[in-house]
Amino acid sequence: MAADTLASDSQQREGQIAALLRRNERLQLGLLLFPGLFWLVTFFALPLVVVVLYSFATNGPGGRIEWTFTLNNYRTLFTESLYVNAYWRSIWAGVWTTLVCLIVGYPLAYYIVRRPPRWRTVLLFLILIPFWTNFLVRTYAWMIILSNNGIINSAIQALGLPRVALYPSEGAVLVGLIYGGLPFMVLPIYASLARFDFTLMEAAADLGANQVQAFLRVMLPLTMPGVAAGSVLVFIPTVGQFVVSDLLGGAKVDYLGNLLQRLFTRSNPPNWPLGSAMAIVFMIVLTMAIIIYFRVTTEEDR
Amino acid sequence: MVDIQTPPSVRVVGGERRRSPGSLALGAHAMLTLAFLYAPIVVLVLFSFTRDSFGVRWTGFTFDWYVRLLADQRLLTAAMNTLIVALISTIVSTIIGTMTAMAMERYRFRGRTGFDALLYLPIVIPEIVMALALLAFFAFSFGLLETLFGIRLQFGLATVTISHIAFTISFVVVVVRASLKGFDMRLEEAAQDLGANEWQTFRYITLPLIMPGVIGGALLAFTLSLDDFVITFFTTGSGVSLLPVEVYGQVKRAITPKINAISTLMLLVSITLVFLSQFVQRRREI
Repeated sequence: MAADTLASDSQQREGQIAALLRRNERLQLGLLLFPGLFWLVTFFALPLVVVVLYSFATNGPGGRIEWTFTLNNYRTLFTESLYVNAYWRSIWAGVWTTLVCLIVGYPLAYYIVRRPPRWRTVLLFLILIPFWTNFLVRTYAWMIILSNNGIINSAIQALGLPRVALYPSEGAVLVGLIYGGLPFMVLPIYASLARFDFTLMEAAADLGANQVQAFLRVMLPLTMPGVAAGSVLVFIPTVGQFVVSDLLGGAKVDYLGNLLQRLFTRSNPPNWPLGSAMAIVFMIVLTMAIIIYFRVTTEEDR
Repeated sequence: MVDIQTPPSVRVVGGERRRSPGSLALGAHAMLTLAFLYAPIVVLVLFSFTRDSFGVRWTGFTFDWYVRLLADQRLLTAAMNTLIVALISTIVSTIIGTMTAMAMERYRFRGRTGFDALLYLPIVIPEIVMALALLAFFAFSFGLLETLFGIRLQFGLATVTISHIAFTISFVVVVVRASLKGFDMRLEEAAQDLGANEWQTFRYITLPLIMPGVIGGALLAFTLSLDDFVITFFTTGSGVSLLPVEVYGQVKRAITPKINAISTLMLLVSITLVFLSQFVQRRREI
């Protein structure tokens, strides 16, 4: 008896809730939206606010944070050559990596788009695999290839030449960065080229354009969204990375990411306020770089 | 498709039948680039079977390094932790991400554009910034809790899991929203006309139809969580270890064939997951 009324009670309540939900669309929306909003505000937006707070705090003895307002962290960043150089080095590495990935990736994407459908699927899949697989492991693989007794040095020795110290070096870092960035450039360009109407190239040829002109004036501008997306996807992670320069550069030269990692986790004592200021300036520089990039690339359209 | 529309007399620019030096160069370039992309992977797999104890040269076949992995308690524990974190964070972020995607695609509301930006930010922000922000945030709030209430909290699997959920939600939302875009709304209307309530409509109509998108999002979240190094590195604290962090620590010391073996296994898992996700997408197209 009791269980029976309980069941009908809960059924009734369920019915009431359902009715309430149906009537109140705002409540429905609120319930759907709340978990995502809560999580991203608490564990993404708030942490960024904390970084801003830290960047104006003072680093006390032993890495203890003292809440006295200071601009010294920012001053250090702009005056000490260690930090200024790290910014420049990382941005240059980002620019070069993006450029090489673009020059290598565009023709590859073009080649894939022009294959018959069956081949296209296979080739695209071959680009997707490195896109999905562990970046740390793939960077580590370069250590094996470039090591003193590795394949390349064995080949060099077999030719009777002296061994070369290929890694750790800045060249090895650049190879690793290009290697990591390439799939991120090819996929968006591929997506743009797949939507491109190739009969436009014939039209351009009929109107007297040679192949270079047709490429520069028709195909490139129309696939610019893919180029822009690919560039951003390669540039941002490259400037902020620390794994490649740590493993392939032997942590001899400091990139932005290495300094950030050291200031937060490794140095004794750590300096979170300085690291926070560094991260904030990094975000500002990155945002400006991307705005300038989009200005330049869309200007060419007009 | 292009060929049907163009008369046979018209030369297809860069087409199949014409083997100009240009198109040969293009093919050679493509093959070389693919070789560049795959050489490290092949070398890694190959040298996980070499007898060479430095793991950089081929001196004969052995399966020894894989056997030794099974005896390495540290690596096994780290692998277990990685799996636990990936499973929990995938389940949570898939549920939250699907709900968020529904809200974003189905409703118009104030602040929608702002929330849209907040959703995309974790994807574009440099990973190291998100990682150090989470580290700073946890340390800050743990300090606050201790001084205010005397509660002592520590970094561990919980902080890593929370962080992984935070960065994978956005990816799930993107994938699920894509599958909601092509959704025929009349099916839901029909269900409701036939007397289904909101939950029934979602459970029996909407969810089965967007399932490929939800599974695709879950697989992506799972892969991202398994492979993540940067955020994991910043949010684990000392004491607990996850596989990528453990591998990184060992790699910093030396190249060993044992690391080659565990790396090969990690690659194998990732590649299986790509195949799975492609399979799910194919199904969706049919």
